[in-house]
Amino acid sequence: MTGYGQGIVRGLLITLKHLVNTYIDDIRYAGRKYIGDEIFQIRQGPKSQGAYTVQYPDEKIAVPERFRFVPFLVVEDYDHPERPGHDWCTSCGICAKVCPPQCIWIVRGEDPNTGRPIPEPQAFYIDIDICMNCGYCAEFCPFDAIKMDHDYELASYDRTTHHIYDKKKLSKELRYWKSIAPTTALEEMQARGGWEHSDVLKERKKAERAVSSAKTDAQGAAVMTAEAAPAAPASQPETDAEAEKAARLAKREAALARKRERQAHEGEAQS
Amino acid sequence: MNDVMDIITPDAVELDVAAAAAALEARFPRIVRPDTRPGYTGIIVDRNHLVEVARAIRDDLGFDYLSSATAVDYLGISDEMEMVYHAYRTSGGPALVFKAQTPRDDAEIPSLVSVWPGADFQEREAWDLYGIRFPGHPNLKRILMWEGFAGHPMRKDWYEAYYEQEHKPFDSRWPSGHVYRAEERNPYGKNVRYPADFDLSRLTDRSEEALYSGLGLGVDVQELSGEGIATDRLVVNLGPHHPSTHGVFRMVVTLNGETIESLEPVMGYLHRNHEKIGERNTYLHNMPFTDRLDYICSMSNNLGYALAVEHLLSLGARYQPPTYRAEVIRVLMVELTRIVNHLWSIGFLLNDLGAFFTPMLYANNEREKILDIFEATAGSRLMCNYMRFGGVFKDLPERIRGVANLVNDKVRDYNTLDYITEIVNERLPRFLDEYEALLTHNEILKERSIGVGVLPRDKAIAYSASGPLLRGSGVAYDVRRAEPYSIYPELDFDIPVGTNGDIYDRYLVRMQEMRESIRILKQILPRLERTKGEPIMAGKPVHTPRVPLGEAYGRVENPKGELGFYVVSAGDEKGTQNPWRYHVRAPSFINLTPLGLMCRGQKVADVVAILGSIDIVLGETDR
Repeated sequence: MTGYGQGIVRGLLITLKHLVNTYIDDIRYAGRKYIGDEIFQIRQGPKSQGAYTVQYPDEKIAVPERFRFVPFLVVEDYDHPERPGHDWCTSCGICAKVCPPQCIWIVRGEDPNTGRPIPEPQAFYIDIDICMNCGYCAEFCPFDAIKMDHDYELASYDRTTHHIYDKKKLSKELRYWKSIAPTTALEEMQARGGWEHSDVLKERKKAERAVSSAKTDAQGAAVMTAEAAPAAPASQPETDAEAEKAARLAKREAALARKRERQAHEGEAQS
Repeated sequence: MNDVMDIITPDAVELDVAAAAAALEARFPRIVRPDTRPGYTGIIVDRNHLVEVARAIRDDLGFDYLSSATAVDYLGISDEMEMVYHAYRTSGGPALVFKAQTPRDDAEIPSLVSVWPGADFQEREAWDLYGIRFPGHPNLKRILMWEGFAGHPMRKDWYEAYYEQEHKPFDSRWPSGHVYRAEERNPYGKNVRYPADFDLSRLTDRSEEALYSGLGLGVDVQELSGEGIATDRLVVNLGPHHPSTHGVFRMVVTLNGETIESLEPVMGYLHRNHEKIGERNTYLHNMPFTDRLDYICSMSNNLGYALAVEHLLSLGARYQPPTYRAEVIRVLMVELTRIVNHLWSIGFLLNDLGAFFTPMLYANNEREKILDIFEATAGSRLMCNYMRFGGVFKDLPERIRGVANLVNDKVRDYNTLDYITEIVNERLPRFLDEYEALLTHNEILKERSIGVGVLPRDKAIAYSASGPLLRGSGVAYDVRRAEPYSIYPELDFDIPVGTNGDIYDRYLVRMQEMRESIRILKQILPRLERTKGEPIMAGKPVHTPRVPLGEAYGRVENPKGELGFYVVSAGDEKGTQNPWRYHVRAPSFINLTPLGLMCRGQKVADVVAILGSIDIVLGETDR
């Protein structure tokens, strides 16, 4: 160490370097500063030098796929051949349960004739003043029906009238989700086994199985008549499934009986 | 006392925790008994002899560091209240947990401030929130709520203004969730209760009276202590709205001229009863709430809470520990967070010292690059909500890539591993060299910080200081080494310490810690490559785990100091969905305990720098 003040001078040289670095890219990309993403990508990347301000709102940093802001509800595309605009939500209520600030309100759909629940929300509200953007609803939804949005520009003039979003305002097409989160949407599709809603896929699979089992039955019958052989192996899984189903039914009956018994006991105890 | 000498020998400071507890039981029969509740550890001390036993714990057994002191209300279970203390040795090792019980009515437990001055704020908090009186406490006032507040809000029979139901999830949300806003049912202004004898019109006078009388002054502070104008004693309020307080924090200082005679921190302006909210929440609900404590370091807050709950879950039969890949990612995130925090805190320290925003913005430039990683991985730059019980939310993405959605969106696209490698191997070391050249030998910085705000080694331990504040005073205590968690035992790093305990040493410790973090990250990178594709979660993600009964204290070395979560699962025999008690041992809060001590005799301008060198975040201080 030599003279007093040397540390300050050295520091000032560093600030000068920062100042110069800030303009180096301007010179290098002279004339192309606001055209295309190339310079933006470099200046906002890990190799950038100097300071560089993003000129919001003239330019914005596109948010990554996993970015999470107030959720939206996925509905079928509006030009879907079978169920255009149909809710993916089945109003199972898991999102309302896992919501930490409890900002999700769901009125479960009911069949107007029988009064039994149907897999479709009658009303769905999110109070966006209360939503803390944690992403649990999207994470734990078993139907991929609620997803976190990327639109963060939600300012409005009156919170008391504008900030409770209803189903109409929350619903967005599946196409939109595919566009803002292509990788995640693809992963989810693979997990479900198709681009359709998991219930639709399940129905389809069931129908296919029915068709194929009918086919194998027919084949089995053909084999039997041809060779008069007992119990074709192809039909074996079918009987297994039936046995399983019977066992399940028996179990359910037993459980119901136990429940009735318990209720009877409770009734006695109360009276 | 002869038999005592037999039981507690000079080697007692070497005894492990179980043996130490046994020694205490032998020495204090009928006063100390083991805590035999399932899932609980430690000992229960008769409250009438608490101070005596605490002295033995500190002096004879060597547990010199009181990490946490907090209360629990067991209304409906044993109908008692309990103070829980976690004492550690600064040489390392697990905690000696001791408790004192008191009836709920007329709750009273002797103060331990005479043994550990670090209990000061924590006992005031217990008085404020639980209504436990601490005879012997020098300054027993409310600390987070205001004087004259009705009731003690953490008691189980106290209900908050917008109370809806004991536990979440609320029944009104599903299946017939007809929406309404809480304010419509209970309008703002009508949501506060006052005690019966409370006179709202005199609120300001009376609440401030208690504060000022604690400083040895009346409300009228214009009296002169000597002749002329030379030695006016004057009370000045620094804050709550003051740019140097890093939030809404207030310091009431008594000045003699330009010199500080006494300083008392006043806090609670950002208080939201985080812990009460935590008790209404399910275990998983709390995770995003921990983000909002120290909002600079949400990743490491998450880790502390996950560790506490994982410890509770491990008491059950079906527990699966986090996978190795999950631990690697956790450490990656936590160490990046440490760098983020220290960049931020050094930047602001320099702001406080008058280097207005130049160092701050240089540091922020680097910080933004790290936040890009967080955003691409966890979905948010600050409120990461990334850790889960048994793992993490999602694996690192293949690419850090934006998706154009809004008008004027500009897309960036980088390979994630290349990006992290570039940051860790090139960018951060280069930046730190430059930052040191900019600051460390700057004469103004040195003059302002060397010998200012000195906290001696013994006082730092006694006042429960933690993090860079403790290490700056020469105590090599770091939870990552003292009681290792995650994969820290297999990582190679050092604990930087200071010698003088002044502002400059704390600055140097933070600088050095960033270098050590880079050293850790360099060891993490090959592990990331090696574990690629391995599961990031043990078992399936569960949103409402049943948590076995018991207590757990999960603590991590947060960038600001030791962050602890004391979580109790009690009540439901099958295991609970909601924590019975959820306490945050906030480093920003407890590190303020020695603030008055450090500021005494300093100048007004130094107070600002001393506060900056402690590095607090009010979201965590006030909870």
